[in-house]
Amino acid sequence: MADLRCDLAGIRSPNPFWLASAPPTDKAYNVRRAFAAGWGGVVWKTLGEDPPVVNLSSRYGAIGFEGRRMAGLNNIELISDRPLATNLAEIKEVKRDFPDRALVVSLMVPCVEESWKAILPLVEETGADGVELNFGCPHGMSERNMGAAVGQVPEYVEMVTRWVKAGTRMPVIVKLTPNVTSILPPAHAALAGGADAVSLINTIQSVIGVDLDRMAPEPVVDGMGTHGGYCGPAVKPVALRMVGEIARDPELSGLPVSGIGGISTWRDAAEFLAMGATSLQVCTAAMHHGFRIVEDMISGLSNWMDGKGYARIADVTGRAVPNFVPWNRLNMNFHTLAHIDQERCIGCGLCYIACEDTSHQAIAALRIDGARRYEVIEAECVGCNLCAHVCPVPDCIEMRPQPVDGVLTWPDHPANPRRRESERAG
Amino acid sequence: MTERIACARLESETLRHNFSDIHPPLSAPQAVIEAERCLRCHDAPCIEACPTGIDIPAFINRIATGDVKGAASAILSSNILGGSCARVCPTEILCEGVCVRVTLGEPAVEIAALQRHATDWQMAHGPAFTRAAATGKRVAVIGTGPAGLACAHRLALLGHEVTLFEKAARPGGLNEYGIAAYKLVDDFARREIDFVLAIGGITLHTGMALGKDMSLEDLREAFDAVFLGLGLSGVRALGLPGETLPHVRDAVAFIAELRQATDLGEIAVGRRVVVIGGGNTAIDAAVQCRKLGAEEVTLVYRRGPESMSATRDEQDFALRNGVVIRHNARPQHFEGGPGGVTAAVFLRADGETLTLPADLVLKAVGQLYEDGPPALETGSGRIWTDGFGRTSLPRVYAGGDCVGGQELTVAAVAMGRDAAMTIHRDLEEPRHG
Ligand SMILES: Cc1cc2nc3c(=O)[nH]c(=O)nc-3n(C[C@H](O)[C@H](O)[C@H](O)COP(=O)(O)OP(=O)(O)OC[C@H]3O[C@@H](n4cnc5c(N)ncnc54)[C@H](O)[C@@H]3O)c2cc1C
Ligand SMILES: Cc1cc2nc3c(=O)[nH]c(=O)nc-3n(C[C@H](O)[C@H](O)[C@H](O)COP(=O)(O)O)c2cc1C
Ligand code: SF4
Repeated sequence: MADLRCDLAGIRSPNPFWLASAPPTDKAYNVRRAFAAGWGGVVWKTLGEDPPVVNLSSRYGAIGFEGRRMAGLNNIELISDRPLATNLAEIKEVKRDFPDRALVVSLMVPCVEESWKAILPLVEETGADGVELNFGCPHGMSERNMGAAVGQVPEYVEMVTRWVKAGTRMPVIVKLTPNVTSILPPAHAALAGGADAVSLINTIQSVIGVDLDRMAPEPVVDGMGTHGGYCGPAVKPVALRMVGEIARDPELSGLPVSGIGGISTWRDAAEFLAMGATSLQVCTAAMHHGFRIVEDMISGLSNWMDGKGYARIADVTGRAVPNFVPWNRLNMNFHTLAHIDQERCIGCGLCYIACEDTSHQAIAALRIDGARRYEVIEAECVGCNLCAHVCPVPDCIEMRPQPVDGVLTWPDHPANPRRRESERAG
Repeated sequence: MTERIACARLESETLRHNFSDIHPPLSAPQAVIEAERCLRCHDAPCIEACPTGIDIPAFINRIATGDVKGAASAILSSNILGGSCARVCPTEILCEGVCVRVTLGEPAVEIAALQRHATDWQMAHGPAFTRAAATGKRVAVIGTGPAGLACAHRLALLGHEVTLFEKAARPGGLNEYGIAAYKLVDDFARREIDFVLAIGGITLHTGMALGKDMSLEDLREAFDAVFLGLGLSGVRALGLPGETLPHVRDAVAFIAELRQATDLGEIAVGRRVVVIGGGNTAIDAAVQCRKLGAEEVTLVYRRGPESMSATRDEQDFALRNGVVIRHNARPQHFEGGPGGVTAAVFLRADGETLTLPADLVLKAVGQLYEDGPPALETGSGRIWTDGFGRTSLPRVYAGGDCVGGQELTVAAVAMGRDAAMTIHRDLEEPRHG
C-alpha cells in the first residue's frame, strides 16, 4: 500500500488531505470530528486581532450544474468571529490530543509589524505546527486593507512574510490570492520574504448570481448583495494552472506548494499533486458532503498510486510539471483525428451539430435505411476534440493521434513571420 | 353465493384508489432534474416519432431553464391536446421508445411526464395563444374528438369562425367516453375542452348528429368548408352463437358507461370476466374490470403475444393488475340462458377446447367506420383522403380514426391540425371544382 505520509516544509501529516482554513476548521468541535474522520491536517479558520469581526446572516451563494448542486460556491464571510483567546485555547487542546496531525494556524492581522509580532508568540505557544498567512480573502477583509489587499501587492507580501519569519520559528505558508493577473510576482515575493511554502488558491472574486425578483446579487442580505469569494469544483482549472505555473518556474520550483481549489475527489487530488502540490487542502467538498469524504479520497488515491507503482507522495508531486509548457513549445506537426465508434453511437447527432455549426464541418450526417449515421470526414477534421467532448457516450468518439513526423514548434514554423533567425539561415 | 353480476364490489375508498392517476405529476424540482437528463439531440428521433412533431428537446430545455410557459407553448403550438396526449400516448412506441438514452441502456427521458408538467401549468394559467384577425370564413367541424378539436382550434387560431357539431351529449369523443378512467382522471377531459375552446371563435352544439339533424349538403351550403372527425361509430361483431346472451357486451360501450359514471360503485361487473381481443381497448377493459373488483379477469387473444396490437407496456400493465392473458384461442360460442352468459368457449391452436366460466364477456375485437355520409368515397373501409385531409368532395375534409392511420389520440390531433392547415390554404386560394 502506498505511503501517503506528507511533509510540507517540515509540517508532517499522515496523509496529504488537509481541511482548508474555513468554516469546517472554525472550532475544536469541528476539527476533532475532522481528525476522527481521518483528515491528515487542518488549517484553522483565520485568526485576527480582537475584537473579533462580526459576520452577516445570509452568507453563501451557489450554482449547480445540470442537476448537481454546488458546482461553485461563493461566500461573503469574514475571518473567525470568535475571540482570539478562545481559538488559541482550543488549538492547544486539539493539538495535544492529535499530535500526529498537521495543525496549521491561519492568520490575518493589520499590515503593521507590531500586530504580527504580537500574535505569533501566542500561536507558537499552542504547539501548532505552522502558520498560514491569509493574503487572499477577497471580500470584506480586503476593504479593511487586509487579505487580498496585501496579496495583490508583491511588496507587501514580501514585507509581511519577512516580519513573520523574523518573529517565529514555525514554518510559514503564504496563502496566495488568485485575484491577480499573474500568480508569479506574489509567489516570488513570498519566496523573497522567506516563506517556507505557498498555498493556493484562495477564493476568486465573484458575483455568483443575481436574484431576478429582488434585483440584487446573491446571497442577498436585506435586499442587497456584494461580491464574494468563489470556490468549489468550478475553480479547479484556475487553481491547477496557478499551481503549475509556480511549480515550473525555475526559481520557485523548490518552493513547496499546498494545493487548494475545488478538490472533491482523489482524482482532483492526484492532479494537484502531479501539477506540483505536496499537500492538499479542501473546503467546499467537505462543506457539501461532510468529513467522511476523506475516506474515499484516501482510498482512491492510494489505490491509484498502487496501480501506478507510486510508493509515496513525493513520487507523484510534480510528475506532470515537465510536460506543462508554454504554447510555443507544443509540436505543430502533431495531428489527431476524431473517430466515431459506430457500435456505440446512439445517434444523438450532438457531434454533428457541434462540428457543423461551430467547428469545421468535418462530420457528415447520413441516413442509412432511415437510421441516423454520423461519419467523420477526416480530410476536414482539425482534431479540435469538440465532438469527443460533446458526445454523451463514454469511449464512443476517440481522438486518434496520427504518426508524428518530427517536432516543429511555432518559433520555427514557416507560417511564423518572426520565425527564428537561426532556423531560417539553416 | 356472491352475485354473478354486481355493483360496488369494492369499498368506495378502494375504488377511488384503484382509479386514481397511474402516473402522478412531477413536482417542479423533479421536472427540472428529469429535464436535465435530455441530451438535446440534433435532428432528435423523438420529434420524428411524435405524430404531431412536438419540438421535444426545445420544450424540455425550457423546463430545465425554468421557462415553463415557453415549454407549454412549444408543445401546444404543435399539439393543442398536449395535456391529454401526455396522459394517454403509448410513449413506449412513440417518443420515449426512440429516446437515445434507451440506446445508451438507460431509462428514456420521461417526455410524457414533462409534457404534462408544462401543459398543466398552462391550463392553470389560461389560453396559450390569441387568434389572428377574423377572416370572415366559416367552417363546420363535425365530431369533437381529438381530430375535431385540434382542427377547430387551429382554424379558430387562424381567424376562421368555427361551428362544432357533436352528436353525443358531451364533447370530447373517446377522450370523454373511451380512454381508461385512470389515464384521464377527474374531469381532465372536460377541463381540457374548456381550455381549447377558450381561444374563442368556436361555437359548440352538442346533441346534433350529421345525417340526422343535418345533412352534409346543408353544411356545404351554409359553410365555406366542412371537416369530419367522426371517429368510429360501429363495432365489429363476432357472429358467434350465444353472442346475444345478456352480459355479452361490447367493451367500448362498457367503458363509455364507466367513464360517464359519477359513482364507480354503480357500474355492474362480473365476478369472472372474459375479455376478447388483443388491442389496447381489450387491455383497458380488462384492467378496469379488475379495478372494479372482478375476481378473475381473463383476456383471450386469438394469436400469439407478438401479434397483439396492445404494446408490451400495456400487456405488462394488465399482468401487474392481475389480468390473466391467454393466447392462441379463438372464440367459438357462448353458453348460458336467459339469466345471462355462463361461459365462453374457445378453440385452442392445438385443437383443444377451452371453456372459461364467465359472468360477463366483453368483446374488444375492433371498431368500424359506419354511418358516414354516403356521398363520400371510402377506401379500406374508411373515408378516403388525399393525404392532406381533402375528401372526394370539394370543401369537405376529414381526419382522425374515420380516415384511419395509427388510431391514437395523438394521430387524430395531427390529422385534425393538418387538415385545418389545408382548409386554411384552400380558403385563401380556392381550388377549382
Ligand atoms: C377504449 C379505447 C381506449 C383507447 N385508449 C387510447 C389510449 O390510451 N391512447 C391513445 O392514444 N389512444 C387510445 N384510443 C384511441 C383514441 O381514443 C382514438 O384514436 C381517438 O380518440 C380518435 O379521435 P377522433 O377524433 O378521430 O375520434 P373520436 O374520439 O372517436 O371522436 C369522434 C367524435 O365524433 C362524434 N360523431 C361521430 N359521428 C357523428 C355524427 N354523425 N354527427 C356528429 N358527431 C359525430 C362522436 O360522438 C365523437 O365525439 C383508445 C380507443 C378506445 C376505443
Ligand atoms: C465560507 C468560506 C469561508 C472561508 N474562509 C476563509 C478564511 O477564513 N481564511 C482563508 O484563508 N480562506 C478561507 N476560505 C477559502 C478556503 O480556505 C479555500 O481556499 C477555498 O474555499 C478554495 O478551496 P475549495 O475549492 O476546496 O473550497 C473560505 C472559504 C469558504 C467557502
Ligand atoms: S475533432 Fe473537431 S474538427 Fe474534428 S470532427 Fe471533431 S469537432 Fe469536427
